Amino acid sequence: MIDNSAPMPVPAPPATGQTRREAIILGLFALAGAALTSGCSSDKADLDEYLQKHFKDLSGDELKKVLARMEKKYSEQYGKPVTVSATPPLEGVLFGYALDLSRCIGCRRCVYGCVEENNQSRNPQTHWITVLEMDKEEGVNLENSNAYYDHETVPAPGKFYMPVACQHCENPPCVKVCPVGATWKEKDGIVVIDYNWCIGCRNCIAACPYGARRFNWGTPHIPADELNPVTEYLGNRPRQRGVVEKCSWCIQRTRKGLYPKCVEVCPVGARKFGNLLDPDSEIRYIIENKRVYILKEELNTQPKFFYYYGL
Amino acid sequence: MQRMRLIRLAVAGASATLLLAVACRPVQDASPRYGKAAGAAVAEEKGAPKAASKAAPKADTGVAGKAGAPIAKVAATTAALYPVAPPPFSDGVFPCSQCHSPGDKVNRTPHPVEFHEDIVLHHDEKNRWCLDCHDAQNRDKLHLADGRLIDFTESYRLCGQCHGPTLRNWKAGEHGKRTGSWSGTKQYLLCASCHSPHSPHFKPLQPKRPPLRQEAIK
Amino acid sequence: MTLVQKAGRFVTGTARMAFLGGNRLYYAWLAVLGLCIVQAAFAFSHQFENGLIVTHMRDSVSWGFYIGNFTFLVGVAAAAVLLVVPAYVYDWKPIKEVVLFGELLAVAAIVMCLLFVLADMGRPDRFWHLIPGIGHMNLPSAIMAWDSIVLNIYLAVNLTVASYLVYCAYYGIPYNKKFVVPLVIFSIPMAVSIHTVTAFLYNGMASRSYWNSAILAPRFIASAFCSGPALLLILFQILRKVSAFEIKDEAIHKVAELMAYAMGLNLFLFGAEIFKEYYSNTHHLVHYEYLFAGLHGKASPIAPYAWMSLIFSIVAFFLFLIPKTRRMPVTMNIGCVLIYASVYIEKGIALIIPGFTPDQLGQVYEYVPSATELRVAAGVFGVGFLLFTLMVKVSVSILFDRPTAEAHG
Repeated sequence: MIDNSAPMPVPAPPATGQTRREAIILGLFALAGAALTSGCSSDKADLDEYLQKHFKDLSGDELKKVLARMEKKYSEQYGKPVTVSATPPLEGVLFGYALDLSRCIGCRRCVYGCVEENNQSRNPQTHWITVLEMDKEEGVNLENSNAYYDHETVPAPGKFYMPVACQHCENPPCVKVCPVGATWKEKDGIVVIDYNWCIGCRNCIAACPYGARRFNWGTPHIPADELNPVTEYLGNRPRQRGVVEKCSWCIQRTRKGLYPKCVEVCPVGARKFGNLLDPDSEIRYIIENKRVYILKEELNTQPKFFYYYGL
Repeated sequence: MQRMRLIRLAVAGASATLLLAVACRPVQDASPRYGKAAGAAVAEEKGAPKAASKAAPKADTGVAGKAGAPIAKVAATTAALYPVAPPPFSDGVFPCSQCHSPGDKVNRTPHPVEFHEDIVLHHDEKNRWCLDCHDAQNRDKLHLADGRLIDFTESYRLCGQCHGPTLRNWKAGEHGKRTGSWSGTKQYLLCASCHSPHSPHFKPLQPKRPPLRQEAIK
Repeated sequence: MTLVQKAGRFVTGTARMAFLGGNRLYYAWLAVLGLCIVQAAFAFSHQFENGLIVTHMRDSVSWGFYIGNFTFLVGVAAAAVLLVVPAYVYDWKPIKEVVLFGELLAVAAIVMCLLFVLADMGRPDRFWHLIPGIGHMNLPSAIMAWDSIVLNIYLAVNLTVASYLVYCAYYGIPYNKKFVVPLVIFSIPMAVSIHTVTAFLYNGMASRSYWNSAILAPRFIASAFCSGPALLLILFQILRKVSAFEIKDEAIHKVAELMAYAMGLNLFLFGAEIFKEYYSNTHHLVHYEYLFAGLHGKASPIAPYAWMSLIFSIVAFFLFLIPKTRRMPVTMNIGCVLIYASVYIEKGIALIIPGFTPDQLGQVYEYVPSATELRVAAGVFGVGFLLFTLMVKVSVSILFDRPTAEAHG
């Protein structure tokens, strides 16, 4: 019983032999712990890389050093010169994307074009774009959709196709929940990830209503001859195990004025992209003249990815 | 004497100025300016019909085959508005005048043709046939419904006669495959680059492989 | 003796008390736990080497066994300390003794929670990104950041109070009430807050309709209140048999009675959720269909567990409600086991998996934990139980078996 009134006798001091034994046992535990943790890393983490600050906290010089270090690492790893840039957002630009559901035939060329352009892991397989096949009679019903369709030719009769990737929301729930702020929305509207800051808690994957984010469960592998060497720090540079990745609207292309790869590769011209702030862009034309709709509107995520029916 | 010289000088100067003004008439600004190119194209387009109507009365009296310089000039101007990829001709087929001379006798009633068997017409074939688009006399040109001749590089004007909303969307950049840059001058593809004009319906494609099931990812 | 010397002797003295003087059953128990921990070290090393791909979690079901256990244990940690409330409200002297054990259980449970979080992270080596000041925390919007803060504060408070109390008892000096009581009082809202914040982690996500319910936080507290004390009740009965630990029967019965009310509330809240889902019959019902039956004509692997959990809850509720069965040790202990199992399932697989099945794009991935996950989890439980066992042994030795402790010097 805890009794505050009477003092208790102090226990006798321990014999010295016992203290020495205890110290040895403790030491062995410490050694075992060190042995278990030290020999386990297979990613050969640089101390610099490990201690790297958050992207937004890097000064201009530090960023240059980081990019140079990465270029060296990737060039060595893949045996060819790789560039890593940190292109800032363009002024007066807010990107938007539109996809014509009446035109998509579900050929998946966007999926694989994206895989090549953005250095996605081939094994374990990572696809940033998911193409859902649904019934024309039923309309958009995600519960009855099929992402694994495998027909001889597409479009299959009576079906329509809806590719889904990151919607680059204006009110992104993934950004809200990240505990370390490893993902954020840039000025031009692209939601980006600092792969060197992500701790892999996967809260963002749980929070995303569109199934857009992918986790590197294993170590990603890209064959060196298939690597796209023009990379962007916040975009398509090769990722590591244990971090989250997703569509970045081909930030390495779009910030240089080019279209994302999926837009260019689509054989039926179903995909459109542009600057929402430019009144003459096709994306504005679509929003103003076509019947656009967004997925899961009631969640107030305000995606900048608009589906419409052009035909 | 002096007055005459002055008058001659004035007339020469005035005509020179006039000629200069006509020659240096502002054409489409082709420099890629951020976001303004499409607008400029639309603005110019509004000007173009006026130019066409000015020139047209002279040329139209001659109808097809009498296309003189004014029509060509108009054609050049509007073609420059929509910089398109080259027409997707099959090898060796163009110029068509290699085989079809302007003076040839032409049977203008729809009938099966002996050559060009590789072309299967599947484009409103109940109501249309070859010479509704291809000019009978000048096979290097297409012709619009009113008889005006256009180059193959402007074939979108022909398609747009029936497919008006599509042409409108194409000009705005909504219809068709987009390549190049989202800002600055748009690069256009001709309708025929994607849709075969004789059989425009897209053939089904073989899809790329489905993603691995997540259970299979080890 | 200086404070450092005193503290040093306290550590070595208690270490000896922990490992010496036990009977065969005690050492067998320690050996089992040690085995769990060692095999888990190998399993975790395999996971650290190859990545989380060795688990069965995938993009569709991105949280699984580890986070399920984490959620359950946060509840246990919260409830262990909530027993302080009736002790001080009713000024019930027999319950005051159990406050210390509640705090020790809370410490062990929080340690297990933190270990599960580390096991679940893709990059556990980057844990320092979460340390305020050194890392970069996304406050105030990220609930997980708040959770890491409150869990660590709660751990610190409980560890401080418990070690201080045991330290004072070890040296026979009276403890400073002005230091202990405010901290203990503070730990009550902290206990509620850790579990509420954990609930907010889930119910704040609009993308997961299964969790996006205002009632989730009250459900968490109610189910925590039934499961946490169950462990303590079993512990007290064991301690009564093996040591001089004394606890009045009425204290045990009171705790069991409070658990009955908590379970009643839990069942009511669960019933409210079920009514809303099944009566409104919207698309969101699909998650409950997966939980209790299955989708697309395929039976769900977790349905048997979901039904088991429900039946156990109801049976345990009546066992604790009816005074006769509450007072009989056999039925009371059966009730404890049933309640613990029921809430373990309810906060574990029945909470996490239906939230992810079907996923945001309607695809179904059926998740069952992999061998690595089970092994690592066994190790984490081993660490927690070991810590708890050792701390309880020390506390009991100092507070109740003083003559025995002295004999072992």
